[in-house]
Amino acid sequence: MSNKQINWFKFASPQAFYPLAGRMIPWFWGLAAVFGIAGLYIGFLVAPTDAQQGEGYRIIFLHVPASWMSMFIYLVMAFWAGLGLAFNFRLSGMMASALAPTGALFAFLSLWTGALWGKPMWGAWWVWDARLTSELILLFLYVGFIALQSAIDDPRRADKAGAILALVGVVNVPIIYFSVKWWNTLHQGSSVSLTKSPSMAMTMLWGMLLCALACWMYAIAVALMRVRTIMLERERHTDWVRAELRELCEPAGGE
Amino acid sequence: MYWNSFSEFLAMGSHGLYVWGSVGVMTVAMILEPVLLIKGQKELISRLKRQFRAERSEQRVGRNADRATPSQG
Repeated sequence: MSNKQINWFKFASPQAFYPLAGRMIPWFWGLAAVFGIAGLYIGFLVAPTDAQQGEGYRIIFLHVPASWMSMFIYLVMAFWAGLGLAFNFRLSGMMASALAPTGALFAFLSLWTGALWGKPMWGAWWVWDARLTSELILLFLYVGFIALQSAIDDPRRADKAGAILALVGVVNVPIIYFSVKWWNTLHQGSSVSLTKSPSMAMTMLWGMLLCALACWMYAIAVALMRVRTIMLERERHTDWVRAELRELCEPAGGE
Repeated sequence: MYWNSFSEFLAMGSHGLYVWGSVGVMTVAMILEPVLLIKGQKELISRLKRQFRAERSEQRVGRNADRATPSQG
């Protein structure tokens, strides 16, 4: 029983994951604060102005991390949803449900900061450009996932229906990512790419990467908080939740 | 430090409205989400605790009734 694999599977069960998540949340909040303060300090106080865009470019420190997170959270959500569909793990459906609202929030923030960036640079809050439209569809996919799940009373069936929607919607993520390459768009090309060196100054790049890391830590902290609530709600009739409640109701060992 | 004065920092080279509009909404959203989550978690726990206590006292009443019946019979 001292096998490592068994330890990993142990944490796949809600009763083992619930306290573990509770212990991890403060750490992720701490890291989010440290990275966020460092990233915003570099982005707003140290980084020089952009030659073409003036000071308005500083929205990049919010817009790019929000956009990355909106796409990445969708992939993680679809991964959990797919895992749940294939193996019927109890935890995976809960994870997918916990990620969706945070992903939707980042998709909204990406569109919001993008509109506020587009207005001074392009002269328009919104254009029906490939990048913008596909990001809007991503927001609709998140909203659709949440609405579909909340419309089905049985959580297991809600998980399955949501999982199929999430998996079908995955096709949209590469469309968003490559839209600036595939079509002629008003949206600028990516500033950071895996294949070539970044087309931006090192200070700006560091500011942006730190802000992105802060958003990662934030998303993990928030998703863990939400998954804990979902676990309690769904597993309220199980022994481990009842043991948890007994401890809360009778803290000093009870009657 | 890049800026010469605080007012220059606030003005963001005439892009202040756009930059601070982005920062403001993102900050509010990223504070509001965890606050609402904590509130939801607290409400759920107090609801579950209420239900738990109600079930316990029901069980106790049931047990007492069970105990009472055979002694009488």
